Amino acid sequence: MPNMIVCVKQIADPEAPPGSFKVDEASKKVNPAAGVSQVVSPFDEQAIEAALRIKDAQGGKITAISLGSNFVMDVIKKPLSMGADELVLLQDPAFEGGDSHSTAYALAMAIKKVGEFDLIFCGRQAADWDAGQVSSGIAEILGIPSVTPVKKVELDGNKVTVERIITDGYDVIEGTTPMLVSVSNELGEPRYPKLKGIMAAAKKEPIVWSAADIGAEPAKCGAAGARAKLEKLFVPVKEGVCEIIEGESPEEAAVALALKLREVRLI
Amino acid sequence: MADNKGVMICGEIIEGKLAPITAELLGGGRDLAGKLGEELSAVLLGSGIGDLAKEAIALGADKVYVVDDPLLKTYTTDAYVAAMEKVVKEISPNILLFGTTPLGRDLAPRLAFRLGTSVSMDCTALDIDPGSKLLLQTRPVYGGNALAVFVCEGSKPQMAAVRAKAMDPKDRDDSRSGEVIPIAAGLDPAAVRTKVVNTVKEEVEGIKLEDADVIVCGGRGVGSAEDFKMLEPLAKLLNAAIGASRPPCDNGWVSPSIQIGLTGKIVGPTLYIAVALSGSSQHMAGCSGAKNIIAINKDAEANIFKEARFGIVGDFKKVIPAFTDKVKELVG
Repeated sequence: MPNMIVCVKQIADPEAPPGSFKVDEASKKVNPAAGVSQVVSPFDEQAIEAALRIKDAQGGKITAISLGSNFVMDVIKKPLSMGADELVLLQDPAFEGGDSHSTAYALAMAIKKVGEFDLIFCGRQAADWDAGQVSSGIAEILGIPSVTPVKKVELDGNKVTVERIITDGYDVIEGTTPMLVSVSNELGEPRYPKLKGIMAAAKKEPIVWSAADIGAEPAKCGAAGARAKLEKLFVPVKEGVCEIIEGESPEEAAVALALKLREVRLI
Repeated sequence: MADNKGVMICGEIIEGKLAPITAELLGGGRDLAGKLGEELSAVLLGSGIGDLAKEAIALGADKVYVVDDPLLKTYTTDAYVAAMEKVVKEISPNILLFGTTPLGRDLAPRLAFRLGTSVSMDCTALDIDPGSKLLLQTRPVYGGNALAVFVCEGSKPQMAAVRAKAMDPKDRDDSRSGEVIPIAAGLDPAAVRTKVVNTVKEEVEGIKLEDADVIVCGGRGVGSAEDFKMLEPLAKLLNAAIGASRPPCDNGWVSPSIQIGLTGKIVGPTLYIAVALSGSSQHMAGCSGAKNIIAINKDAEANIFKEARFGIVGDFKKVIPAFTDKVKELVG
């Protein structure tokens, strides 16, 4: 039965209203807005779903791994409540201030420590920094093939068949395990955790590993291992000069809009 | 590392032609090369590339490196990363640019890790720092709520993948001269671990979103597959393509292939009619190139009104039929 690993990230809810979003330009950091909850990055939930569909069909073990700090247990345990078997949290001040390079390195080292794996699933990009490269980095460090972004994953013995999204369609790609795939929203909605899953997850203790636990070299972790340097972070200014077309009724406003668009030669 | 010179772009070939992103990268790359006083080169990978190298020269390249190999006929990560790794090690460019396309999203990050350098994906602006001469890589983060500027100080090449329609191509000049240099791919077929066994095209009827001058786009508020059909008569009248934000695609009301946004299509029409969509940053990332946005939404507080030129606060089910009738009268 397949051993599967899913990499997940806890982030601030990306569906929060844009108005609640603030950055501190001096420290180049995002200010946590009051009232915005933490969630599992949506593409990562789809990565869990992709692994669960294989587990539903043929059994197997799913280990979720997350690197971060300030974990909210109810949030980061979501992979377990959805149906994953183990949760590994990589938590260490040494991991802080990292970029895609140091994050991919730490996750790859943790995956090596987990040991056997047939498939690794990631979300196509985390919905906070949208960097979209940790998955490729993990595969490169582990020396295994990777495909991104995918909308379907099938496993038959050691044969992997994936559908990779391309412009106006998809490629059907075959390979063999071990392989890494990054999953996109076209996979479909992730399942809601069932009450039984939530109860089981509540009882399950995550495994917590430090940089030393996974044998990570300090020089490759966190800020020390980062290669991209953030020069500036700012919120773009929007002009907001919308002319609202009014009318006695929505229908009248619609007619006025059509006339307006004609006047400015847009239709 | 100090020897790295020149701006290099990785071109893309779709169905035997240079993809639009190639001309955009050459346009943007030309400006960077000018600021640095360095040359601009293009790499074309594929099988049976033929005269496309000359076209890249006409669009601004000083040199074109052609890697022609049957193993590069269709994109696979292993073959393309290995071929690009060889080119980069031979030529040692200072800057290397990709498109944020299905190819670039897969190739650029893996190549960056192999070369031990960083890449910024989905850049919307690139510039040269006048002091350090480093590449300033501007990209939206947090779904477009903020912009971040990155630099890569310690490794070369400095890599970036550029969002579609973020850069303007230069006018084609067939009299430009340039050099075409073949490079052997040197691929080992056994090292290509994945194989494309089929390509499925999901062509949408009518005008392609990327090429459309008018787009009618529906959002979550449209409510159902059936109600989405209300947009069709208007689209037909205006010769428009129909798009959607992510929720209608995720809910199965429309095909995922018409999704506009951060993870969907990137469009740049003259007229963009946004129907019952809130205008999340993630969606706006796909249509920031639209020249005139018209918003129709029940919620006066919706973000889309901050982006629009004209708007109606009202129920689209009442607005759209009346609007369509009036447009028919005006343009019919």
